[in-house]
Amino acid sequence: MSKNSSYWSANLRLVGLCLVIWFVVSYLFGIILVEPLNAIKIGGYKLGFWFAQQGSIYVFIALIFFYAKRMGKLDKEHNVHEDDE
Amino acid sequence: MTLQTTTYLIVGFTFSIYIGIAIWARASTTKDFYVAGGHINPIANGMATAADWMSAASFISMAGLIAFMGYGGSVFLMGWTGGYVLLAMLLAPYLRKFGKFTVPEFIGERYYSKGARIVAVICLIVASVTYVIGQMKGIGVAFSRFLEVPYEIGLMIGMGIVFIYAVMGGMKGITYTQIAQYCVLILAYTIPAIFISLNLTGNPIPQLGLGSTMSGSEVFLLDRLDQVLRDLGFLEYTTNVRLSLTNMFMYTLSLMIGTAGLPHVIIRFFTVPKVKDARSSAGWALVFIAILYTTAPSVAAMARLNLIETIQPTGGQHMVYDERPDWVRNWEATGLLAFEDKNGDGMISYSADAATNEVTKIDRDIMVLANPEIAGLPNWVIALVAAGGLAAALSTAAGLLLAISSAISHDLLKGVFKPEISEQQELMASRVAMAGAIMLAGYLGFNPPDFAAGTVALAFGLAASSIFPALMLGIFYKRMNKEGAIAGMIAGLGVTLLYVFQHKGIMFIASTSYMGDMPQNWFFGIEPNAFGAVGAMFNFAVAFAVSKMTAPPPQEIIELVEHIRVPSGANAPISH
Repeated sequence: MSKNSSYWSANLRLVGLCLVIWFVVSYLFGIILVEPLNAIKIGGYKLGFWFAQQGSIYVFIALIFFYAKRMGKLDKEHNVHEDDE
Repeated sequence: MTLQTTTYLIVGFTFSIYIGIAIWARASTTKDFYVAGGHINPIANGMATAADWMSAASFISMAGLIAFMGYGGSVFLMGWTGGYVLLAMLLAPYLRKFGKFTVPEFIGERYYSKGARIVAVICLIVASVTYVIGQMKGIGVAFSRFLEVPYEIGLMIGMGIVFIYAVMGGMKGITYTQIAQYCVLILAYTIPAIFISLNLTGNPIPQLGLGSTMSGSEVFLLDRLDQVLRDLGFLEYTTNVRLSLTNMFMYTLSLMIGTAGLPHVIIRFFTVPKVKDARSSAGWALVFIAILYTTAPSVAAMARLNLIETIQPTGGQHMVYDERPDWVRNWEATGLLAFEDKNGDGMISYSADAATNEVTKIDRDIMVLANPEIAGLPNWVIALVAAGGLAAALSTAAGLLLAISSAISHDLLKGVFKPEISEQQELMASRVAMAGAIMLAGYLGFNPPDFAAGTVALAFGLAASSIFPALMLGIFYKRMNKEGAIAGMIAGLGVTLLYVFQHKGIMFIASTSYMGDMPQNWFFGIEPNAFGAVGAMFNFAVAFAVSKMTAPPPQEIIELVEHIRVPSGANAPISH
């Protein structure tokens, strides 16, 4: 079981990292810090507004694929991956 | 060809595809019926999930809401997408590994309790039935508006189509139909958006157009929109906060947790072959959802600007009522757009001041529905929007109906009351339950209860405050026991219902609201629709406290949790 517990704690660290980024791009940049960020403009977009209506969604997608890829690697490293058919 | 004929042709064509798929994808086992045999490709499942998820509300109403809420509308954009991050990392892979058919089944086994399973079935049915009412209404409305058949007839045609493919094919039929429906709805959404973006900014990609300058000018589109709104006395589009930042924070969080806890979405991840596929499939689902969700803010801002500039092209100029464009006449005829020339000057002025404002009604749904006409697009595009709205409503309704019928046939009948029935009998029962669920949804569509408008928020509140915490604790906290989970679900549900009912009225009957629907009485200024996250926190707190005071779960449950935490040794979903 020690093998699986190191797998599990590596998983929790990865999920923790992803959820920090998830929180930062939506709640922090899109809501809490929206006013100061709106002082910066990217093209016609105010930056805080852009995170709230566009940027956070793109980061969410990247996060899920990043997580899926890293988990696939972790599965193999800890030898808990599914059999390939 | 008239618009009417074109619409009939395109809607008829999409419906014949759905029926063709129904005949091809018949379910012959309970595994086919509940989880499409467990061998849907993760990308295909992502597409089906996107159609399952995006309802009539996402397709028709969301851009309209954002158009009038501006920045405040971001809660829907972030809330309804960020939930997939939670789903992909906290629930989907583990529930797939568990390898059974329904959400209550997991709760029942993980908490070694038929009672917990029944509580979960009740939460699931309440959340899904309230949600399905809105879809049935959407189907009826889309038919009556675009095909000019009565609401009731439209509803019956919609029910008939869902009946054919959902009863015959179960999850298998629904999955393949949803893939077709996704293609229809995404084309219907993006084509008008591309043309409008091209018209206004010269950039064909709406997501870039929104950040670009107006055609033939140096002024950014969003700056122009802020400026015209300020001139008319409205709040600026890009900084218009909904109530308070605290409220927006809680609203977004409630929608995210609610999204991850909605059973009809979760069960879609039971259909992929492997744990690995469940993770990537959530990513694909979000890609397909994001195509619509990142286009919606552009549609919203551009439609708002187009509308204002039709009425008041530049400062001081006004639309002359007798010379109004055709699309304005068309939508006036539906009653969704109305003007009143208060000062009798033959011109229409638009203003935030109710006394001088002559635009007396703008239904938010017009923003998407009238888009192709505003941009002067050909009839087939307008007809495609009708087919897209129907595809969005039908696909979501079918997914919800499957969640309801499997909870009845698999969890209640097979799981609790008659465990001895054979697979063939259970398959028969699941078809009967599906037919029953369609009848119930149809009945509620014909006689929508008074509280229909507020119910989608309730569905998210229930999913966030009851189902999500029970699932997450079941996976991430081994020590969580039956007593803690049940107490947590009931506490989360109770607090959320109490808050919604005390401000919106018991069962949404406004006169029974004993605290009034007013911001002064709101807890930290949080509106009732945004309360699911507080309910979820209550659930977590009560579940922890009660589990600490009661006996730990038995050893075999600890082993079950350890088993679902690793991908290896996964089987395809099995019946038991």
